[in-house]
Amino acid sequence: MTVGSILGDRSLVRDVGALGLAVFAVSISFGAIAVAAGIPAGLTILMSLLVFAGGSQFLAVGLIAAGNPFAAIFAGLLLNARHLPFGLAIGEVIGTRWWQRLVGAHLLIDESVAFALAQPDPARRRRAYWATGCTLFVLWNIGAALGVLLGNVGDPARLGLDAAFPAGLIALLLPPLRDPTVRLVALTGALVALVTTPILPAGLPVLLALTGLVMVAVRPRKAAS
Amino acid sequence: MILAVIVGLAIGTYAFRLAGVVLRERVALPERVQVLLPMAAAALLAALAATATFYDSGVFAGVARPTGVAVGAVLAWRRAPFVLVVVAAAATAALLRLAGLE
Repeated sequence: MTVGSILGDRSLVRDVGALGLAVFAVSISFGAIAVAAGIPAGLTILMSLLVFAGGSQFLAVGLIAAGNPFAAIFAGLLLNARHLPFGLAIGEVIGTRWWQRLVGAHLLIDESVAFALAQPDPARRRRAYWATGCTLFVLWNIGAALGVLLGNVGDPARLGLDAAFPAGLIALLLPPLRDPTVRLVALTGALVALVTTPILPAGLPVLLALTGLVMVAVRPRKAAS
Repeated sequence: MILAVIVGLAIGTYAFRLAGVVLRERVALPERVQVLLPMAAAALLAALAATATFYDSGVFAGVARPTGVAVGAVLAWRRAPFVLVVVAAAATAALLRLAGLE
């Protein structure tokens, strides 16, 4: 995998760029909100660099502002526990060398997993994973720094950017969902998460989506498609 | 104090990430389990998409966002380019809000 091979895949660059712009706008608002909540500028940027998981960063900032630091860690970790099954699922996509695993693990985010899973073969999966992870890491952190500097530049929801992330995920999920068993498992999991979200702490409903796997037993997998 | 929260969250999150990646390599999983792993990832991503469509911090997100996502989903299903899916979803939600529909 080289930078040249990534840039040679124009559709990949364009698609990652589209989602990247939405992520960029959200990270600007993260920087602004964190500073407004009383987090020092340097620590806001440090958090974006080291945690690099948007949902847990917003959650942690809210709980720190509410004077509840322990809840900020626990709630954030509950939200990020999904990265373990993600790593199990696409660990071999990242690469086999130690530096690839150590660096690649930090780039494990929803978007890099989704872009990788949407690709048809191992070489393209690896390219998509690294291209998405690196691009979003750079944009996310530049955005957070910009947000810290600029302050509140407006709510990304006014540009409809809150609809961009789920729509992008759905588009990336469509290729794997063509398999009827995967579709049944994923839709069952999504339903479980939707029903439990109002009653469970953030993070748990998404983890509970793994119960969708029981549908494999209900509907035995057919021969490889 | 804030630094401790950041370091704790960062170490824990990186541990989750690295644990999955390393376990995949180190533990010899039966083929039946290996088949399930991509499905598990698809289920988690579908759940993220669904909850991010309908909820904002655990409460209903309003009509603008789900409508925008629905427009994007239909376009994706009709095999529209990814960029168009994302832009149409955002534009729909933004226009609905501009029209006063939250």
